[in-house]
Order: sequence, then structure tokens, then C-alpha cells
Amino acid sequence: MKFYHFTEFAWPHLPPEDEYTSMRLNLPSSVYDPKIGADLYNMCLDQYVLADELGLNCMVNEHHQTATCLNSSGVVPLSILARQTKNARILILGNPVANLADPIRCAEEMAMIDNISYGRLDCGFVRGVPYELFASNRNPTETAERLWDSIDLIVKAWTTHDGPFNYEGKWIHKRHVNVWPRPYQQPHPPVWTTGGSDLNHACQTVTRGFTFAMFLTPVDKLAAMFNGVRAWCKAQGLQRPADSQFAFMPLVAVGETEKEALEVIERVFWYVTNNKAEPQHRAPPGYVETSLYADFLSGRFTGGRTDAIRQKGMEYFRENHVAIYGTPDNVANQLRALHKKVGGFGHLIAMLHAGDMEFDMTAKSMSLFAEKVVPQIRNLGTVRKGFGPLPKARKRKAA
Amino acid sequence: MCGVDGKAAATYGWEKEKPEMPKRSRSKTEILKLQQARIEVERLGKGPPLLLLHGEDGYELNADLMERLSSRFEVFLPRMPGFGKSTLPDTIRKIDDIAYLWLDLLDHYKLQKVTVLGASVGAWLALEIATKNCGRIKKMVLAGAVGVKFGGAYDRDIADIYFHAADRVRAMRFYDPAKDPQADMTGYTKAQALAVARQREATVKLCWEPYMHNPALRQRLNRVTSPTLVVWGTKDGVTPPKYGRALARALQDVTVAAIPRAAHFPHIEQPELFGQALDSFLSD
Repeated sequence: MKFYHFTEFAWPHLPPEDEYTSMRLNLPSSVYDPKIGADLYNMCLDQYVLADELGLNCMVNEHHQTATCLNSSGVVPLSILARQTKNARILILGNPVANLADPIRCAEEMAMIDNISYGRLDCGFVRGVPYELFASNRNPTETAERLWDSIDLIVKAWTTHDGPFNYEGKWIHKRHVNVWPRPYQQPHPPVWTTGGSDLNHACQTVTRGFTFAMFLTPVDKLAAMFNGVRAWCKAQGLQRPADSQFAFMPLVAVGETEKEALEVIERVFWYVTNNKAEPQHRAPPGYVETSLYADFLSGRFTGGRTDAIRQKGMEYFRENHVAIYGTPDNVANQLRALHKKVGGFGHLIAMLHAGDMEFDMTAKSMSLFAEKVVPQIRNLGTVRKGFGPLPKARKRKAA
Repeated sequence: MCGVDGKAAATYGWEKEKPEMPKRSRSKTEILKLQQARIEVERLGKGPPLLLLHGEDGYELNADLMERLSSRFEVFLPRMPGFGKSTLPDTIRKIDDIAYLWLDLLDHYKLQKVTVLGASVGAWLALEIATKNCGRIKKMVLAGAVGVKFGGAYDRDIADIYFHAADRVRAMRFYDPAKDPQADMTGYTKAQALAVARQREATVKLCWEPYMHNPALRQRLNRVTSPTLVVWGTKDGVTPPKYGRALARALQDVTVAAIPRAAHFPHIEQPELFGQALDSFLSD
């Protein structure tokens, strides 16, 4: 099992909640104070340097036009970490490549970062949450296809070493692709994607040999998804994917006592409770499946994951392994149980910081996690040795 | 500007009391194969041909507009790809693509001297068709048209119906929000909700960017030569009346009807006043 530290670089100094309708898209940037914000950026980057020193890996992301995440480009912190960390895997999860104007620019940036970090890059690609479509102007009905077209083009650009090729696809036209530099890792950095309820997307990810990640998903749904992928692979006659092709991100807090851990997780929980958004931004037509959108229109579906879970207490989150907290032994046991319940996974992305948590509080929780939890469960899970698409399963010899 | 002052104008069957409204079940529905799409076309009435082009919400599919028009016209009401039984193949990505489908439809029925009546996105389609081939169009009626960009880069010519909250969008679209046929969908069956969801997805696919317009259409409007009635709700919050005036200035042979107490869908909110404007224009 690999372990990652994650913070979303949120802007926590918000007006009273009844004075704004959404943290995303329409909250004016007058709410942001650069003098405080500059410190905040550097405090979050310091967390990643500490993560590296503690033997943890690093995960960064990006969102746009929102107070929930000040990284409007994941490439910026990733570039800094390529130099400021020494041993950590640096994971971007991910590049919103369906929304980007130029996927080849993304291929170039990632190849540079892979070189500068001496091959420590894990390169995620995401479709992006629905809010992003208003910031990017990308057509909601197109992004699922654009994501895969872009990933395929980027992988081809990374792995073509005999001069330029051209590309005139449905969404992207390039008269001349000849990416320099080539990536440090050969044939290319590990690729990840994230997903929600779309099993087909998850299966595409895993069968190509990539890693599939889910965030803050209650254990039953997480197990259904991971097991759904494994069952699909089996039905296709493919080898069982290794645990290292599955990743999960919960909220995490570790304390010397249960009381201390509870105090910390309640601060991490800021991420869940401070997510005010306008409903129409969550569901532009064409983003979710037609059936789900129909339920949204007719009132059969209200809110979704965030609204439903923010109304339930912390214990609910612990039972569902969405919030994992407690003393080191307790946290290790929760992770063992989670690993078993979902049939295995290989990457644990721990959201150890959120909202207005101070550096010292975060650092203590991170240190306990790295020093007291990780050694207990480091060997959990199987690791994929090969590369490329998932191979066919070997036929068993007749008895 | 033609007068819309409430005078009775019964020629086309627009009077308020009409107890014996013909049943829509009399209409005939056909499925055509046009290019890669299967297109559902509803036909009703006898007389000169009228092509009725519905808008982004398909309000015109359920309104009694077709009934009223069918008293004097043979009305052709095709469902846009993604609406009703019409399929939305991958090859259709822009309103411009549908304009070519509707030109094929005119070919299929061998229609000449057609009156084209479009609402909102349907009016945009009417303009696209007319700029490609105006030869078959006798007259055009455009209600709350979209499709043309008149302002500068920083001007929001057409209000964003996706960004704003549902109540605010409804207030932009309807002078009386209660008249929105889709104001409350909580009683919809799953099948009904799915049909609306499919329509809205189709509209987003076709109209998200460039938002509700074709940047090339403005300089092509010189090709629209048929007499055109531009109908506007004086309370339109989606395309305000100044948008309608800009459109009227860009067309050659134009009559403008401003409908009071109506917003973006004057034919839905004020059918009688809309009918009078139509009557006056079509009887000229």
C-alpha cells in the first residue's frame, strides 16, 4: 500500500454562509486577501515537504474559480514539489484534460515534471466536477469522450520517439505532434483516473493498466465499484487487476487519544460542511447520465453525496470509512477492515488537512499517521509488476 | 410595427373561446430517415404548407399552436434530434447541422412557398435555413429568436439559462412564471422526466458553445429575403427587446410585433395577442 498526503488549498476565510449562495463560480475574489493567501499557499506547500520527510507521498489537484481550492493549476504545486521533495511520489489527480485547451501542452508539462523529479510523477487525468464546465466553457455532453481521446493522444505523444505524427480526431486537431522531452519513466509515467458511479469508465481505466481512484465514497459503493471492475475483467477473460490499480481517498486524522483525533477530524470535516453551491451548477444537462438528470428534474434526486452526508454525524462517516480517525492502532485497524471490505486497494490518499487547520495540528496528525500507522499496514495489497493493458488470464490446467 | 391591441381576429382561429377545439389525435405522425437521423414529423391540417419549428424546451409540441394553425395550413412539426422519437446521431453537433436536416425535409415533402414559424431556437433554425436557401420560404415568423450575436465580446446578448438558478431563469423567460409549462415537474412520471432530460441534453449539445448563437449568422442575414415577422415579448429577460430591434434592423423586409405582458415565449404567454399579430402579418 502506498500512502499520500492531500490538502485542497481551500480558502477558509468566508463571509457568513447566508451572505453568499455558492463557494464556487460566483463568489467574488474580493473575499480573497492576498496577504493571507500567500501564507496559506506556502503553509500547504510546507505540508508536502514534511510529507516527503515523513516518507509519505504527495497528491495535488486543481479546481477553478472557487474558494474550495486555490490551486487553479495543479501543475504549479507539482512543479514546486518536483524540486522541493526528494523521495515522494508526486501525484496530480488530476489534469482536467477534457477541459483544457491543449492536451499536448499537458503532455509536455508532465514530461518535464517527470524529468525534473527523476521519474517520481504519477499522472492523473480527470473529467472534472460539473462546476468546472462553467469555468472552462466545455460542453457537458462532450467531456466524457474528450477525456479518453485526450488521454490516448497524450500517451501516444509520450511514447512516440521517431518524429512527428499528425492527429485529426473528433475533438482535437494537431498538425504536428513531436513532444520534447520524452518522459523520464519508460514508457511513460503511471496514469490514473478518478470516477463516480460510471462502471464503464472504471473498467476502461483498469483494463488499460491504469489506476482508478475514488474519493469520499461510502464503503458499500466503493466495494460495489471495485468488485464490479474485478468481475468485469474476469468476464472478459482478463487477469485479476492488482490492488495497486485501485485507490481511495478518505478524510484522515490521527491523535494520541480518541478525543484528540475527534477534534482533528472535525477540523478536516470543514471540507464537507463548507461546500455551499447552487444546484444548477451541479447538474448542467449532459454531465450526468440521462436517467439521473431526469430524477434531478422531477425531484426524485435531491442534492447527492455531499448534501446527504453533511446532514449525518461523524460516526456515520467513520462507519462508512469516509472519515478514518482515532489513535494509530485504531486507524490501522479501520484501514485493514476497509481493505478487506472492498476486496483490496493499493493507494490510500489521506486528506489530512482542510479548511482553517493550523500547520502544527496538521503536522502532528501527519506524523502520527506516517510513523505509527503506515508501518503497520505497509504490506497490505498486491502490486502490479507488469505494464500496459491488462493481459488475458492464464487458463487453468485441467485436473 | 403592427398593432396588437386586442381586437378580435378570428380568421386563423385565435379567438379566446373555442369550445370545439379539434383533437390533436387527428394529426398524423411519420418517421423519416434524414441523413443519419430518424426524424419524427407530425402533420395536421390542409392548405398551404407551414413548417413549425419548436424551441429548446419543445413547449410548442404540446401547446395548441399547431391546432390553431392547422385551420388554414398544412402544418409540418418535426421534432428536433433528441426530441420525441427523433434520434440525435453523433454526427449532429450544431444547430447548423439541423438546418441542413430541415432543408432535406423540405426536399422530402417537395414543399414550395412554405411559411416558417419558429420560436427561440426554432427561430434560430428558421434563420439558418433562410440564409442557406430562401427560395422556398414565403414568409417567416420569428418569436423570441436567438442565434445571432449583435454585441461585443463583453456583452451578454442572450442570458445564460444554465448558469442562473431555476427561479431566476423562469423569471427571465416568463412574465408570469406560472405559465411555464415545465414550472413544476415533480408530478412527472419517469418516462416524462426522461423525455425532458433528453431534450435538454440535446439543446446543451447543440447550443453550449458558442452559446445560443452561430458567429457566422450575422453576416449571412443579407440572404434572408422573405417577409419576416419578428415577434417579441416586451418583458423578455433572455433576449431583451433591444435584441429583437437589432434583429429587425438586420433583416430586409420586416414587421415587428411587440407583445405586452409576455417574455421570451409570447406565443405561450399571450396566445391571443400573438395570434392577432400573426393574422395581420399572414393576411397581408
